[in-house]
Amino acid sequence: MSNLLECKNLTKSFGSLNALNNVNLSIDKGRIIGLLGPNASGKTTFIKLCNNLLTPTSGKIRIGGYEPGIETKKIISYLPEKNYLNDWMRVSQLIQFFQDFYEDFNRDKAYDMLNKLGLDSKDRLKTMSKGTKEKVQLILTMSREAQLYLLDEPIGGVDPAARDYILDTIIRNYNEDSTVIISTHLIADIEKILDDVIFLKEGQIVLTKTVDEIREESGKSVDSLFREVFKC
Amino acid sequence: MSWDLKSDRPIYTQLIEQLELRICAGVYPPGGRMPSVRDLAQEASVNPNTMQRALAKLEEDGLLYSHRTSGRFVTEDTSRIRETKSKLAQEQIEEFLQKITDLGFEISEILSIIKKITEELKK
Repeated sequence: MSNLLECKNLTKSFGSLNALNNVNLSIDKGRIIGLLGPNASGKTTFIKLCNNLLTPTSGKIRIGGYEPGIETKKIISYLPEKNYLNDWMRVSQLIQFFQDFYEDFNRDKAYDMLNKLGLDSKDRLKTMSKGTKEKVQLILTMSREAQLYLLDEPIGGVDPAARDYILDTIIRNYNEDSTVIISTHLIADIEKILDDVIFLKEGQIVLTKTVDEIREESGKSVDSLFREVFKC
Repeated sequence: MSWDLKSDRPIYTQLIEQLELRICAGVYPPGGRMPSVRDLAQEASVNPNTMQRALAKLEEDGLLYSHRTSGRFVTEDTSRIRETKSKLAQEQIEEFLQKITDLGFEISEILSIIKKITEELKK
């Protein structure tokens, strides 16, 4: 199987609510993909299913040929929407922690990014602002040489300059063997770096296209099209 | 020269235009080596695959050529670059003429306006 990620009839229900409803998807290597949708459209549910934090009600997911589990965790670098790291730890300790955990963690890359963003590795997480914490988490996630990066709202809490740096990092980190999936509401900021976009609405995929297809066919940016499709 | 990309047109076509402009302006001189896809993508803050496609199109058009081991270069054929320059100039002028006739001017009037402005600029 050449596709990095494949879903067949993937459904996840919480009681009577279908958070994801019969999703079929295949994603290649070497892509940067925007997972876009309004609140409660199923973005985080999808990402959690990929990470084995939720189990499907029905249907299947395969990543690199495996069902979500130990094997997929080796190849997926996941940035959750919430901070899950220990507050008392220093950045240097977190880096050590990640290095112990993940074979593919690149320590030099992490320190390089810390320097670029002007962060001190001796600082403890609890003394940092919300935005700075997010930067640290993103640095840890992007410092792995993973095959699939799943970034859940990576740019929400950081200032525009740091946002540019983060997007820059994603571009710089890009290689033909790895795919990045970014879930976000801040479409205008990221659409230039995306290959494809996936629009989710009420747990279903309503559109998958490349950014340039959207611009060519509608004469609109992805951001404008989104506002049109999901008009309240 | 900064990368100026509009949000309502395909990125790919805009990258082609901007790269052509840079080649014509000598930012990438004839026979010179182009920066890598990754560096260019980063500079323009765009997806590397899109940049790659734009470069491939310019190669197809003969403005760039690839050397198997050492990368991508600007053509040494200066007449080919001049051709592109004229094409870009024509596009700019057509756009300008469209806008100015929309304002209600006749083509003949435009020439005297241009003459007047260039004389003022000289002073």
